[in-house]
Amino acid sequence: MRQAAGGSVDSARTRASAAVRVSGLVKTYPAARARRRRPAAPAVRACDGVSLDIRQGEVFGLLGPNGAGKSTVVRQLTGLLRPDEGGVEVLGHDLVRHPRRAARLLAYLAQESSALDELTVALAAETTGRLRGMEAPAARRARDDVLAELGLGPLADRPLKRLSGGERRLACVAAALMGARPLLVLDEPTTGMDPHARRAVWAAVDRRRVEHGSTVLLVTHNVIEAETVLDRVAVLDRGRVIACDTPGGLKAAVGEEVRLELVWREAAPLGIPRIAALRSAAAVSGRRWTLRLTPEEAREAVALVTGGPAFAALDDFRLATPSLEDVYVALGGRAEGSGGAEGLVRA
Amino acid sequence: MAAAAPPAQPLGADGAAGPGDGPAPLAARARVRPALGAVYRAQLSRARVARIPLLFVATFQSLGIMLLMRGVVDGGAEARAVVAGSSVLVVAFVALNLLAQYFGQLRASGGLDHYATLPVPPASVVLGAAAAYASFTVPGVAVTAVIGALLFHLPLGGLWVLVAVIPLAGAALAGLGAALGLLAPKPELATVCGQLGMSAALLLGVVPAGRLPLPLQWVRDLLPSTYGVEALGRALQARPDWGAVTLNLAVCAAVGAVSLAVATRAYRWATVR
Repeated sequence: MRQAAGGSVDSARTRASAAVRVSGLVKTYPAARARRRRPAAPAVRACDGVSLDIRQGEVFGLLGPNGAGKSTVVRQLTGLLRPDEGGVEVLGHDLVRHPRRAARLLAYLAQESSALDELTVALAAETTGRLRGMEAPAARRARDDVLAELGLGPLADRPLKRLSGGERRLACVAAALMGARPLLVLDEPTTGMDPHARRAVWAAVDRRRVEHGSTVLLVTHNVIEAETVLDRVAVLDRGRVIACDTPGGLKAAVGEEVRLELVWREAAPLGIPRIAALRSAAAVSGRRWTLRLTPEEAREAVALVTGGPAFAALDDFRLATPSLEDVYVALGGRAEGSGGAEGLVRA
Repeated sequence: MAAAAPPAQPLGADGAAGPGDGPAPLAARARVRPALGAVYRAQLSRARVARIPLLFVATFQSLGIMLLMRGVVDGGAEARAVVAGSSVLVVAFVALNLLAQYFGQLRASGGLDHYATLPVPPASVVLGAAAAYASFTVPGVAVTAVIGALLFHLPLGGLWVLVAVIPLAGAALAGLGAALGLLAPKPELATVCGQLGMSAALLLGVVPAGRLPLPLQWVRDLLPSTYGVEALGRALQARPDWGAVTLNLAVCAAVGAVSLAVATRAYRWATVR
């Protein structure tokens, strides 16, 4: 496991170029007493000693399933929630002592859009710019630029609530990008978007990073996205950072194992002894088997299922190098479909 | 080591300081008046989209009440009270009831986070929303007052006083509505409080004061809309006592200021917890 703050050798440098320093963050939501039609809920430690260092100009991701504490971390970072313990420093400002400074340092894209829902796309962006302190002409120019950049021009006069989920999300991203901010905090920005819109978002975010050196903190539970756009990623589980590294570094930590997915047409041909032997090593989900194997074992298994009688029963198979999801499972996070907990989204 | 080259120059208000030079510069806050203007414009536009049917409801409700009361009161002070009360009731419906619902839902759905993470003064958000809802009532109040005056054969000459009554009663009621919406622990409770406030404005504003039992008269004196009703009622006289009208408007303004200040405090409380 690699933690964000490296050894003491480069700690001075990390300090110098850190955009965000989060240390020992603890937040417990109090227990709820039982009321009519609602059982008592125990206190939840949503954030259990989270420490992160995010460097300037970096696209940093928080990855984890629902309820892992990602949004709780972000809400403390944006001054919306006061931590019980620990420190939050953004670009040299102590946000635990001065939570209101957050609004002057960062742009935050929340998961909810209800404040903007009844506005037109153009007015939502322009108003947000004005409320970030822009003068009216500057806000109008920036609005036109950002709508063009995200391809929202044709939707500019439509109210957000008449748009599809992905379009609405894109309009919220447009509002978040109004007014230059050195830190962008984006909570699941591309939820529901088509690939075209996703690309537009990542291009716009990247442009701000290249041109202004903006730092980006991205909350996601989309593994594919995390693998492609993040410089570094912290994996959260039950309020703790269970790993923090580059996506490549994390994958290397899992070792050489590859993942083999087999989908059978109807039932697996368990009559074949070697197939029956594979079953004991597989995670079975209906007709789908998932195996984590060394490359040699995987080669043998592929040869086995693609030849002879087994092939007749095979519907599909896929061989993949480790993904962040595998990392997540290897690190002891709650796997997809296990224990009723929601896994990471892959598509 | 502090001089280690950063990957790129950070961007602040003036784009100047580097990371090694201490805290990054803070971007400018939005100033109160431009921010208020921006919130007002946005709120008015969403009200236009979503609230026009409700404005019709508010106006027809007041017109219906006046028609009903025509059989009960027979001109004079009571007729003036009915017309003034029904007109201000439109303000209560929109500014108190609908604004309480709006802020209640905004808070419950996490929409307040949007405003809370913008460097906008709380007063701008509250005043902008209150002003938008209050100005949205203008056509309804004007229609109710004119039709009411015609219905009860009252002089129309004093109706210009609506120019002061709507913003002042609007401020008092919208402030109360916003505070209720922001402080209510659940949106349903905000809705109930807004509806109750409107019922109180209906009962205590429309029914002439002389016919109310004594305890209700005290409550009537506590209700912010009462002074708007009084001012408008007096302006509907043949020869209005402008001193009394001004006094009532002054009380209304004071109550409005207090209620908006409370709403601003409530907003601060609701955004950072």
